[in-house]
Amino acid sequence: MTMQTLPRRLGVAVVTAVIVGFLSIKLDTFRDYQIAEVAYEVTAVAGLTVLTGLSGQISLGNGAFMAIGGYTTALLLMHLSWPFVAALVASAAVAAAAGAIVGVAAARLRGPYLAGATLMLGVALPSVAYAWPGIFGGDQGLNVTFTTPAFLGATFPLTRWQAWVSAAVALVTLVLLANLCYSRVGRNWRAVRDDEVAAALDGVNVAATRILAFVVSAVCAGLAGSLLAIVTSLVAPGAFTITLSIALLTAAVIGGLGSLPGALWGSLVIVLVPTYVTDVATSHGLSSSVGSNIPIAAYGVVLILVMLVFPQGIQGGLRRLLTTFTGPDPKTRPWHDASAAHVTPSADEAPASQHEKEGTS
Amino acid sequence: MPVVEFLQFTLSGIVFGMIYAAIALSLVLIWRGTRVLNYAQGGMAMFTTYIAIEVIYHTGSYWAGFVVALAAGVVLGAVCQLTVIRPTMNKPPLNAVIVTIGLLILLEGLAGIFFGGQYRSFPAAFSITGLKVGTTPLGVSRFDVFVVAAVLVTTLALAAAFKYTSVGLRMRAAAFNATIARLSGIRVARMFTVGWALAGLLGALAGVLVSPSTFLYPNSMDAIFVFGFTAAVIGGLDSPAGAVVGGLLLGIALSYVAGYGGSKGSDLTSLVALGILVVVLMIRPDGLFSATKVRRV
Repeated sequence: MTMQTLPRRLGVAVVTAVIVGFLSIKLDTFRDYQIAEVAYEVTAVAGLTVLTGLSGQISLGNGAFMAIGGYTTALLLMHLSWPFVAALVASAAVAAAAGAIVGVAAARLRGPYLAGATLMLGVALPSVAYAWPGIFGGDQGLNVTFTTPAFLGATFPLTRWQAWVSAAVALVTLVLLANLCYSRVGRNWRAVRDDEVAAALDGVNVAATRILAFVVSAVCAGLAGSLLAIVTSLVAPGAFTITLSIALLTAAVIGGLGSLPGALWGSLVIVLVPTYVTDVATSHGLSSSVGSNIPIAAYGVVLILVMLVFPQGIQGGLRRLLTTFTGPDPKTRPWHDASAAHVTPSADEAPASQHEKEGTS
Repeated sequence: MPVVEFLQFTLSGIVFGMIYAAIALSLVLIWRGTRVLNYAQGGMAMFTTYIAIEVIYHTGSYWAGFVVALAAGVVLGAVCQLTVIRPTMNKPPLNAVIVTIGLLILLEGLAGIFFGGQYRSFPAAFSITGLKVGTTPLGVSRFDVFVVAAVLVTTLALAAAFKYTSVGLRMRAAAFNATIARLSGIRVARMFTVGWALAGLLGALAGVLVSPSTFLYPNSMDAIFVFGFTAAVIGGLDSPAGAVVGGLLLGIALSYVAGYGGSKGSDLTSLVALGILVVVLMIRPDGLFSATKVRRV
């Protein structure tokens, strides 16, 4: 990993930005919308892959932080007419505060207990919008007004501008996360994930390290929620259901847990696979009840197959593919063996004797 | 009358609590054996309930549908474990989580393809008009009594089977320590499959029992699953008794919230469930009925 230096990461980000800019001009409005969608998904998924893959804490409720970010942005734009950038920063700050609270509560919880608590958070938080419709607009949600800036001219398509803004925020977030992951903070996360006792003996503050991971992932989700608000022009509880939270975790795991490129692959899968299968189904003239459900079933099959064929996710599969061509890389990345630390024994071994070792189920 | 109201809310809370308990128990059965949390449990229950509704429609007999649903639950549980869960057992634990989520999505998609996405009403075995003592309505029906009795009987039968039969002993041994169980000649992998099959049966039971009050559609069991999971976490995932207590606790508490919460009541149930969960986990991070276990850093 000698090459993972700041200039290289910035280079990758700039190249990606150029590609995204080129694509957004070449492709139609719907594809621009999908670029924006992938951009906000990857922002949230990257935060979650850090939380779960690096610090070893599962979250089935990161959609709640997205809701916090989205509603913060909507309220600030609507009532105070803040500029979007200010609202974006404020959304991240509010989400960070929420992440700190959840992180403190989560610091004692492990495995399925943490999964259950965060799942309930993801289910419960959107109901705040129903309970106080005066502030949050109830079922209808709040409209978000977002326009192209004047200097781009009146004919510049809004979706392209939305795609640019989302992609820019996503890329900046990814670069910052990549730096964080290779810093002392990232090493502490991995140390705590692999062995709490050993990390504590080495002077790592385990609780603070775990809480910080929650704050970082909440900030990412808050930014993503803010982007979702301006891309869809609406924040409503229906956008932040538990399905969203589960999709985020799904994307992180099938992309390759703990890997930032994996977060991108996973986001592409959850955004593009359902649309692609719908296109295929409608072009074959299937009836609507069948046609609208085939993408759902196919999505389920894709999740199962990716997990069985590429246990380390898509990024893990790609790496394995590369090593078969180039031979094994002696400088293996330390954090990509996220799973190696807590592999459950096979069905023929002793899962029940592993009470202490249960990972992030 | 406040007393009557309180009684009504409590009784209807117990009815829903027993359904959460059935789902929670099915999760505990699977967790104890295979250390997998089955997020598809609700989806499996939804699918078997659709099978029941088709059987009832074609045969005209409720009990034929009831029995077929339970049998389908057993088969579905075992098939899922053998086909997609067993290959994940030597992989990272989150893979099994995603596989069960994939299974849930697949089942919901298949239900939409085979049975259509529209809401369908599901028949109840007995009258759903409220029972009365004298002139005082109790807020529960004959069918609600059946719901409680069915879950109770199934739970006690399972508990007896675990305690007194050879298969039960072998399953407990496999869950307690798979290596030693294997050295004693127990087919551990097969015991895990039996665990999934029994969990499938409990889930199917919960699906058939809850659907008369929720309607049936591909996502109809999602909320029931979330509360069942919450109940299992409250009780402690290693404790069958905890699952039942957690289910009843949650069912009764949520019934009070919905009953006394006024216009906001139904919106607040999931927030209150979150509150209960957080309070319980702050005091006992591994649930109310967790065995004492040292984890210190």
